[in-house]
Amino acid sequence: MVTETKEPPLQHTCPHGKKPGRRWNNIIFQAVAITALVATVSVLILLLVDISIDGIPRLNWTFLSHYPSRKPEMAGILSALVGSGCLVFLTGLIAFPIGVGAAIYLEEYAGNNWFSKIIEVNIANLAGVPSIIYGLLGLEVFVRIMHMDRSLLAGACTLALLVLPMIIIASREAMRTVPVSIREASFAVGATRWETIRYHVLPLAFPGILTGTILALSRAIGEAAPLIPIGALTYVAFLPDSPLAPFTALPIQIFNWISRPQKGFADNAAAGSIVLLVVLLLMNAGAIWLRNRYQKKLH
Amino acid sequence: MITDRHQKEIPHSVVHSIKQRRGGSHIKEIAIHAALFACGILSIFTTLGILGILVYETVQFFQEISFLQFFGDTRWTPLFVSKHFGIWPLLCGTLLVTAIAMAVALPIGLLCAVYLSEYARPNVRKVVKPLLEILAGIPTVVYGYFALLFVTPLLQNIIPGMAGFNALSPGIVMGIMILPIVSSLSEDAMYAVPQSLREGAYALGSTKLQVSFLTVVPAAFSGITASFILGVSRAIGETMIVAIAAGLQPRLTANPIEPIETMTAYIVQVSLGDTPHGTIEYKTIFAVGMVLFVSTFVLNIISQWMRGKFREVYT
Repeated sequence: MVTETKEPPLQHTCPHGKKPGRRWNNIIFQAVAITALVATVSVLILLLVDISIDGIPRLNWTFLSHYPSRKPEMAGILSALVGSGCLVFLTGLIAFPIGVGAAIYLEEYAGNNWFSKIIEVNIANLAGVPSIIYGLLGLEVFVRIMHMDRSLLAGACTLALLVLPMIIIASREAMRTVPVSIREASFAVGATRWETIRYHVLPLAFPGILTGTILALSRAIGEAAPLIPIGALTYVAFLPDSPLAPFTALPIQIFNWISRPQKGFADNAAAGSIVLLVVLLLMNAGAIWLRNRYQKKLH
Repeated sequence: MITDRHQKEIPHSVVHSIKQRRGGSHIKEIAIHAALFACGILSIFTTLGILGILVYETVQFFQEISFLQFFGDTRWTPLFVSKHFGIWPLLCGTLLVTAIAMAVALPIGLLCAVYLSEYARPNVRKVVKPLLEILAGIPTVVYGYFALLFVTPLLQNIIPGMAGFNALSPGIVMGIMILPIVSSLSEDAMYAVPQSLREGAYALGSTKLQVSFLTVVPAAFSGITASFILGVSRAIGETMIVAIAAGLQPRLTANPIEPIETMTAYIVQVSLGDTPHGTIEYKTIFAVGMVLFVSTFVLNIISQWMRGKFREVYT
């Protein structure tokens, strides 16, 4: 009799008798989490819609083919667009060989010793240094000590240092996917270490390296902070004719327009942002296309 | 990692015997080795360069301005006639914006991470993850535009008396920018938690929610903390959003609706003007840069260390 009276309360705490609250908690959590996700993604959509509404009316051939101007409706992004193009080209020219070289060294030559560990930790740290600090480095080293002045080359060198860690990390990952057996086969037929790398490892890793480089350069093209201490100009009414010419870049031009009080310039900034986003989109799409096209060949 | 390296190591004797056979290519091999080594070591020189210039200019700065003034004064007015060099307003502005950003990024990022790691179907993950990554890829000037010309006017409708430049709006927008970093790193950490732990918890009668928050989140805690610290470091170093929308007015306040200035924004402000080399204004940006570099450096090291610790536990 005593046990019988005790049984009903036991049933309540027993894990098999499901408490309705447990199920509901689960559903409530999912609802909250999905709301958070949807809210985040809708901020992205909101941002794009806001910029499109402000900027699309200004997007026309005049905007793309004119130099900056005091009148917002006459101003264009020609010098900024060409400046950004030159900047990214030069940055790639500097950063790509050095980055791939460093990656080859770390993957194929360096042993598993303290020195390569230091380089590795150091690269990871450099990837986390705020980009404006690179601007200070560029200002002191490239602009002042190396006397490049406020030139395209100084900007490209600075951006190259900024993206190097990203290129190195991506290239190393690409080289790691090349099977060891391929290296061994190459050595077995008498190739030297460099011949093995040059004719076997690099060609197989190349799509991955290229994808990583494009993604790194797409970050460089959106950066304004490291270029400001370097002294990228905000009013450039000519196209750069040499790597030592003064320059402006798209993000710098956008920043300059945002800082002005007139509504017309804000619309120009929105239109410039659309152009910048389209350029980024194209670069990222190119990188993804490359990856998908060549990814499966290895296996 | 270690086994991977051992497999790749090609016996030096093999390479050596080949080198001996062909004298000409031996020199070429050495030259290539040296060139590649130079590429590898450039990263060390970059770090040394950053440290070198910051230390050099900061030492010069402190020859004119005392430590006591730098850390004791509560006003930062190097660009005015009556100059004060107290770092606190800039530090305070940076911390305020960072706190707001993390108040947005941490809870939402964590919710997204738990959902994507534990609940979402693979095809949902496949769609949502790249969408979140886009947020991290948008140039910061564009975020600045959004903060100043969309979020601020929106908030001004809700909060009366809010200034056109303030800490709140760039803080929120920065939080959205950092969110993908927090969520993707936390999710990786949760994803790496062994399935056996989840199964053990289910076997004891836990619901999915209990498994997620009482088993997976604590197990992935050091990974989640690492992502959070990395997010803080990003927020401290973020430049353009605050330079555009926060106001460039160094002010010792915790009020998020007033204009403030962060360390990064100060460097931008001085760089935009024509400040000749060697003046005290020029040196201030390096002194501020030093504080910025040291704080992000320490946070990055802690974050890496915690991630390493997490990896040690589960691999």
